[in-house]
Amino acid sequence: MFPKGTKRKFSDSGEEPVPSGDPGPVVSSAAAARTLSSSYSLQRQSLLDMSLIKLQLCHMLVEPNLCRSVLIANTVRQIQEEMTQDGTWQIMTQALAAAQCPADRLVATEVLCRQTDAAAQAGQSPKPFSVVGLEDGYRSEEAVMEGDVESEVNMSTLSPVSPQLTSASYLAGPFGMGPCWEEEEEECDEDEEEDSEECVSEGEDGDRDHLTADSRTGEQVFGTFEIKHPAPPPDPALEELFSDVDPSYYDLDTVLTGMQSAPKMGPYDLLESLSSHGPTALSSSSSCRSDLNELDHIMEIIVGS
Amino acid sequence: MKCFSRYLPYLFRPPSTILSSTCHTEADIISTVEFNSSGELLATGDKGGRVVVFQREQESKSQPQRRGEYNVYSTFQSHEPEFDYLKSLEIEEKINKIKWLPQQNAAYFLLSTNDKTVKLWKISERDKRPEGYNLKDEDGRIRDPSTITSLRVPVLQPMDLMVEATARRIFSNAHTYHINSISVNSDLQTFISTDDLRVNLWNLEITDRSFNIVDIKPANMEELTEVITSAEFHPQQCHTFAYSSSKGSIRLCDMRQAALCDKHCKYFEEPEDPSTRSFFSEIISSISDVKFSHNGRYLMTRDYLTVKVWDLQMENKPLETYQVHDYLRGKLCSLYENDCIFDKFECVWNGSDSVIMTGSYNNFFRMFDRNTKRDVTLEASRENSKPRAILKPRKVCVGGKRRKDEISVDSLDFSKKILHTTWHPHENIIAVAATNNLYIFQDKVN
Repeated sequence: MFPKGTKRKFSDSGEEPVPSGDPGPVVSSAAAARTLSSSYSLQRQSLLDMSLIKLQLCHMLVEPNLCRSVLIANTVRQIQEEMTQDGTWQIMTQALAAAQCPADRLVATEVLCRQTDAAAQAGQSPKPFSVVGLEDGYRSEEAVMEGDVESEVNMSTLSPVSPQLTSASYLAGPFGMGPCWEEEEEECDEDEEEDSEECVSEGEDGDRDHLTADSRTGEQVFGTFEIKHPAPPPDPALEELFSDVDPSYYDLDTVLTGMQSAPKMGPYDLLESLSSHGPTALSSSSSCRSDLNELDHIMEIIVGS
Repeated sequence: MKCFSRYLPYLFRPPSTILSSTCHTEADIISTVEFNSSGELLATGDKGGRVVVFQREQESKSQPQRRGEYNVYSTFQSHEPEFDYLKSLEIEEKINKIKWLPQQNAAYFLLSTNDKTVKLWKISERDKRPEGYNLKDEDGRIRDPSTITSLRVPVLQPMDLMVEATARRIFSNAHTYHINSISVNSDLQTFISTDDLRVNLWNLEITDRSFNIVDIKPANMEELTEVITSAEFHPQQCHTFAYSSSKGSIRLCDMRQAALCDKHCKYFEEPEDPSTRSFFSEIISSISDVKFSHNGRYLMTRDYLTVKVWDLQMENKPLETYQVHDYLRGKLCSLYENDCIFDKFECVWNGSDSVIMTGSYNNFFRMFDRNTKRDVTLEASRENSKPRAILKPRKVCVGGKRRKDEISVDSLDFSKKILHTTWHPHENIIAVAATNNLYIFQDKVN
């Protein structure tokens, strides 16, 4: 499936990875997602992560490039379709349905949510992986992967990325290009392997959270894109929490063209937000930004900086 | 027309100067280059919204060896950065495309466009000025009528040549998405501007109205899977134009069929090769440029790894396929990671449609001779451009032992990309834009 000749990353085989064919141990369906450890499915997952992040970046750029967004979106859809055919997608979504977010992740993720729900802040129920603006999904991943609530959540820019992040290991790419392809790939490989192990060791939750972002992001964003798999059973808690979120955020038009349903920022607001928060703030409404400011402040207090 | 194609590798020699801006900023990055229809003028547009026009020196009899070189003729600010208040987005001033109109009088006309607005510029010379006014003196101050005792007739006196550019038409507010191409019709009365989802037809005289002739926007934007990447009018048939898509297809449309040309009259697409299929197949099949041949019989398309020549009479597969940098096929994941896979390379025909040229990375550009099937890789760089010396062909080593002059794939500099090139309409003179530098190469004088 993947092109030949690429060092380490791709397996030549065009076979679809079948769980039973893997030399791994036979496990229950809940953990089956983890045992698809063939390099192909890892690479595919990494590609999916990378693509989703790129879409977020698309969303945040001053001038979202529609062609690029569409191409990346099509790639994601292709991966999702394949994962659906594999049965991997089903397994993942089942695992996610049963997942429960560990409490220690809640604070960090609350910070990242668009809503400032006081109840949520108290840590009632998991609602970390909002798809409202893919940036939330991304930042949630960051929090999850770091596994460290107290680590400072850097809101102002996406570029400085922890090397521990699976998906983030690809961010180095767009921002720093060098001719040393082999080295970059090796690094990515190592990071990836470490990450996948870390994922597994952190417990199912870490993995599932990570996957949640992808699945929900994928579904919500790509909505009616010929996705063949059935939608996962909606989590009533999540539904309730998202009930007052403006559904137009899910509109692909919004994502792809960077337009907002109710633009609230004027030009001077834009300039302010650029200086204070960097490009990420461009896609937020002004009310959100003030919320994020507050949350920033609260985080600082909690972290005790 | 010289029998240029016999001389392979192409014996281009660099000029004595390489035209570049003295300090390199982001705004100096050249974003488009275009010769006019006579080849006398060469226009470049940059990211800062400026247009620089070069004019070829007249060949002097005293120095026949020194073929006409290009010098700066006019510089003007075509577009300024704007802000879209409704969407809270900046509109870049970067010039995406320049197209010349054929010359009809002493002045030169060109169309330049950024993401949203097309402008028609008139470039004219002034080498005389009237002197001897009665009512005002040479400084322009009004004279006191009571001091005028006699009348004189103003006379045109020669002055230093002044080249001025004025915006004659501004075609705005017709595009929701980013304009990627413009094309002047052979009727010289209309032109099309194309964005990601629509093609609009304008009359050069009318700026407040345009006709939408292609619209591929789906009712539900979530269903969007394909965008328009480029469009061009047929060079002779004023009713025919072609547009390319991000899925690797080209549609030829006839404006006589219907007002809205959503139904194509020809559809060019090569079936996918299942053996090379990957997750990146679609991205690398996205066409970044489409160009009709000068004779109007062929179409050339550029996708990420290849250039294809299509016969307009054959829709199911291209006539010829040329590999530009196939060694990148194994690097697609890395190129996707750093976004290079989305780079939009242009392609260009020579005057006789026998040779095609396109850019690559590491400041390399490639030429393919359609008749002899030979190709060459050349480099646009200062180090390799000794004046009057012939450009040395370059070679990329794909594997195994690297020879002395070869460069390995891993050493390629992907930040040095040649996206924009243009070929003189009659002669073997090419202009190549390498980031902020413009290289003009002429072929060897025999």
